[in-house]
Amino acid sequence: MAKKLIINQEKVNQETIDAVMKVCPFGGLEYVDGKLNFTAGCKNCGLCAKKGPAGLVTEVIEQDQTPKIDKSLWRGVSVFIETDLDGVHPVSYELIGKAKELASVIKHPVYAILIGSKIKNDQYVDEILAYGVDKVYIYEDSAYQEFNIERYAKCVEDFINKIKPTVVLYGGTPLGRSFAPRIAAHFRTGLTADCTRLGMKENTDLIQVRPAFGGNVMAQIVCPNNRPQMSTVRYKIFPMPQKVTPFGEKVYMDVTDLDKSSNIDTIEVKVKEKIQDISEAEVIIACGRAFKTKEDLQMAEELANLLGGVVAVTRPLVEAGWKDAKYQIGLSGRTVAPKLIINLGISGAVQFTAGMNGSELIISINDNPSAAIFDVSHYGIVGDIYKIVPNLIACIKNAKGLK
Amino acid sequence: MNIVVCVKQVPASSDVKIDPVTGVLIRDGNNTKMNPYDLYGLETALRIKEQNSAIIKTISMGPTPAKAVLEESLWMGCDESLLISDRKFGGADVVATAYTLSQGIRKLGDFDLIICGKQTTDGDTAQVGAEIAEYLQIPHIAYVEKVLEVTDEYIVVRASMDKTIETFKVKLPCLITIDKGHITPRLPSYKRGKELNHIDIPIVTFADVIDQDETHYGLKGSPTQVEKMFPPTKNTDKTIINGSVQEQVDILTEILKNKKYV
Repeated sequence: MAKKLIINQEKVNQETIDAVMKVCPFGGLEYVDGKLNFTAGCKNCGLCAKKGPAGLVTEVIEQDQTPKIDKSLWRGVSVFIETDLDGVHPVSYELIGKAKELASVIKHPVYAILIGSKIKNDQYVDEILAYGVDKVYIYEDSAYQEFNIERYAKCVEDFINKIKPTVVLYGGTPLGRSFAPRIAAHFRTGLTADCTRLGMKENTDLIQVRPAFGGNVMAQIVCPNNRPQMSTVRYKIFPMPQKVTPFGEKVYMDVTDLDKSSNIDTIEVKVKEKIQDISEAEVIIACGRAFKTKEDLQMAEELANLLGGVVAVTRPLVEAGWKDAKYQIGLSGRTVAPKLIINLGISGAVQFTAGMNGSELIISINDNPSAAIFDVSHYGIVGDIYKIVPNLIACIKNAKGLK
Repeated sequence: MNIVVCVKQVPASSDVKIDPVTGVLIRDGNNTKMNPYDLYGLETALRIKEQNSAIIKTISMGPTPAKAVLEESLWMGCDESLLISDRKFGGADVVATAYTLSQGIRKLGDFDLIICGKQTTDGDTAQVGAEIAEYLQIPHIAYVEKVLEVTDEYIVVRASMDKTIETFKVKLPCLITIDKGHITPRLPSYKRGKELNHIDIPIVTFADVIDQDETHYGLKGSPTQVEKMFPPTKNTDKTIINGSVQEQVDILTEILKNKKYV
């Protein structure tokens, strides 16, 4: 069943046009040559029918001709294991934890897909099993020594064709975000980027929640008639699961017939300079637009030093060139989940808060009592950071016996 | 060489709020602009053109006002533009958008290099580029910071990954998505704009694309559905600390002491 929107042209007049244009947030309507039409911007959301002038646009339910897929043929919640120079990326383990939760709702098994050389796979497979997966599907060949998007895609395609999992989850890393869409397009299936929440319906439909419109709105997305359902999730959105006594099975997949050619040669890999990684920090002092100059960040540095933490910033401060993008918290930066975060002069757009609301203790200082940041905080202080922070620094120094 | 650059018109402001009672989106103004990342894609293409003989074609999908961003690309120095626009393409998710764009790109003729911005500022998925590449059966590299070398057979690009900076040599044709790098996009040339004033941008509709299966486009071709939109959840378990600055700081210090940070 799909809804179809129909415009009743006899109700079209200047007044109804103005009213309906205001209702549509997508520019989905245009008035040309005396006719009101839908444009390519229309999202079929039905707001014009529900909230527009009465009778102008009506919603009719159209019998859906698309054949329904048999969802029972698709079983298992699977995780693509991402490996890099430090081993298995921890986001893969976080996803295994979530996969177990999702699978328990529908009583499906949990799978991991491990691709690599024999040496590397042998090193990683036992640890993957220790997080409680039912089966690790292993693709092993010297051609898989390093990540290659074309060769690895052939493996995941083979896995999906043979095993038919209902869900495949990928880490929202640069690698995962570049790799997963190829698989999605190959199977013409849904892939929801940067999910901040995942749930499972009893009919095996995956509930995917992600911020939309720059993070001011949350969208709940489903993929009701395509399998597998796929999502990417950023590092540190979900907690690290506990290890268990391994019970899973290793399944070695036949790779002889898989295409191992590639149009891509990696000619150089340079390890980025190890910087203080804000996603690993236990204490973060986060700074927002209330800071008037770059030099003023010094007081945040001082507070961070006293509390054994690091300074991070919001996107506007990175754009102003005050701090490198590596220190940016938020959906377009890093996700963090420290034990303590103190937000200084941050208004709290979801673009930022989605990147830090997993923190254990959130304290925020902002001079606007209705700032959204307080809605994700445990403690809120309404006040001017220029008054509170220097005072706080003095108090902490005093308490520590420093002068 | 033939270069295709994909561009998109996006809202100038992402200041959208949702009415908690009616669930209606309230968008602040109707101003639009070119997706900022696409400007870096265009600049990358224009710099390649300065070094090699190249024709740059820009393509966009959207309602007819989206012609504005294509016009801007021509003013910047691109050679041809094409708009893909049809009610049948409306309501498309990533899969349907990427597929429609891949069909549009096929209408442009031979291509050697396709350039996309790394993501749009309205959708923020960063998935469309890679999906176009899959539909066209060509390799892709995402998050490219710099194009180092361009020949008739291959390009060499540098991309930023999680912990590494990697250099790839990729056979053409291929697709790259461009991250904000160290280049500054040029401004549209008013003089060029004057010269081009009469050029009309052709539109490709459903009737023009090669694949005539309607279930591959728009809402029908979109596997994902937005079930609902809602305002971000609020933490109701919060304590607001009031009082003078000194009182506020004293309470805060006490909290930090209790948690053993002080």
